[in-house]
Amino acid sequence: MRYAMAIDTKKCVGCSDCVVACQTENNVPHGYCRDWIVETVSGTYPSLDLEFRSERCNHCDNSPCVRCCPTGASHKVEGGIVLVTHNKCIGCGACIESCPYDARYPHPEGYVDKCTFCIHRVEKGQNPACVSVCPTQCLHFGDLNDPNSDVSLALKDRKWKVLAPEAGTKPQLYFLT
Amino acid sequence: MKEELFASGRNIPNIDPYLNIWHWQIPLYLFLGGLAAGILFFAGFFFVRGKEAKMQATVKWAPILAPIALILGLGALFWDLKHKLYFWQLYTTIRLESPMGWGAWTLMIITPISILWVASYMKEIFPGWDWKFDILNRFEAWIIKNRVGLAWVMMIYSIILGVYTGILLSAFNARPLWNTSILGPLFLVSGFSTGLATTIWISNDAKERKTLSRIDLILIVIELFLIVHLFMGFLAGSQASIEAANLFLGGEFTVSFWIFVVLLGLIFPAVLETLELWGFHVPKWLPPVLILFGGLMFRFIIVEAGQITRYIY
Repeated sequence: MRYAMAIDTKKCVGCSDCVVACQTENNVPHGYCRDWIVETVSGTYPSLDLEFRSERCNHCDNSPCVRCCPTGASHKVEGGIVLVTHNKCIGCGACIESCPYDARYPHPEGYVDKCTFCIHRVEKGQNPACVSVCPTQCLHFGDLNDPNSDVSLALKDRKWKVLAPEAGTKPQLYFLT
Repeated sequence: MKEELFASGRNIPNIDPYLNIWHWQIPLYLFLGGLAAGILFFAGFFFVRGKEAKMQATVKWAPILAPIALILGLGALFWDLKHKLYFWQLYTTIRLESPMGWGAWTLMIITPISILWVASYMKEIFPGWDWKFDILNRFEAWIIKNRVGLAWVMMIYSIILGVYTGILLSAFNARPLWNTSILGPLFLVSGFSTGLATTIWISNDAKERKTLSRIDLILIVIELFLIVHLFMGFLAGSQASIEAANLFLGGEFTVSFWIFVVLLGLIFPAVLETLELWGFHVPKWLPPVLILFGGLMFRFIIVEAGQITRYIY
């Protein structure tokens, strides 16, 4: 099993619904977020290109945060989801330094926090909160090893990219372009 | 043109707009760790070479500062933890892949060793010192008998500690400025140099100072050589590495790095030490103070600048 997410940048309108859904679902403290929207404008006027990306933890295959954690608080569970055990985390910040996507943040209570792919929902067979609220249905979640999963079907006929592949972390967020 | 912005307004404290999760505690700790490593290495080295009587400051006096520096460094590290009450979790696991895990265990070993080393000289440093308990006296006698072994363990662990202060940073591939294996040897040499400078400052024996100054000069030359290599490596690297190097070659850290670290912290004290070896009178405190200042600045700048370098946004 390998959980992953595909984000359709052609459908995303940058409404931030996924951000608010995540904050509500996961009790994210005020001023913090586990997912966010990046708006990229490239090109020269008048031929400009606009891209919206809903970003979060990439749940990398080769995850530097898990590697550098001195206590084993950052760990991987079945399906490749990267999680943090709060009462094992000492708040040293090594994993925050190690993440090329700046997907982690220090929770005001001291431990380090990040996207969990809503594992508590996924275990019940539901989609992550961000996926289930997206009004344009641009987020696709599922098991990459299952050819009929939502994410596999989304990746099948489309071109995609990952962010900063040169960082060598084998990220698992696929941006459909 | 390419413009990127957080449409959802991300502004997390210490993460945005620039990562700044490690503050003054980490560079201070890296400095104190390197300093202690330098002091302990040369104490062990000259003891093993049988120079205990000729190099009194190196073997007996300067090591008093090592456990103090290590404990202050550990205090800074603890201060920096954001989930402090769970710090003991560091010692419930051995994670060979984690540099910070290595560091925690190295400190756990070298700090008691440095205390034992100093304790074994207490009677020589403070005549009339009494351990009061018979068992402590017997333990002291046992350590004194096994000082050669202790010196070797101390030398090996001070090298590990010195290299580790660099590897702690170089293991982070996400920060291009840190992600170079040369940082390990560079921090080792720089740490040894600051340790030697401290010993030179303490020593009152002209011959001992001369020997130490000669070694320190070699270390400074190696350090300059490694700094040149650091930038050569970056400029021959990926776009992210080139941008990291440019912070120091025209970017915002250019003046602080080349003036405070390279000129005032390395070249100027090297010139002064050379003049002293040639017989000119140089204030005893000046070269060590410059080297210590340069070493501290070096760590502050590398930690600060490294957190700015990144792959995306």
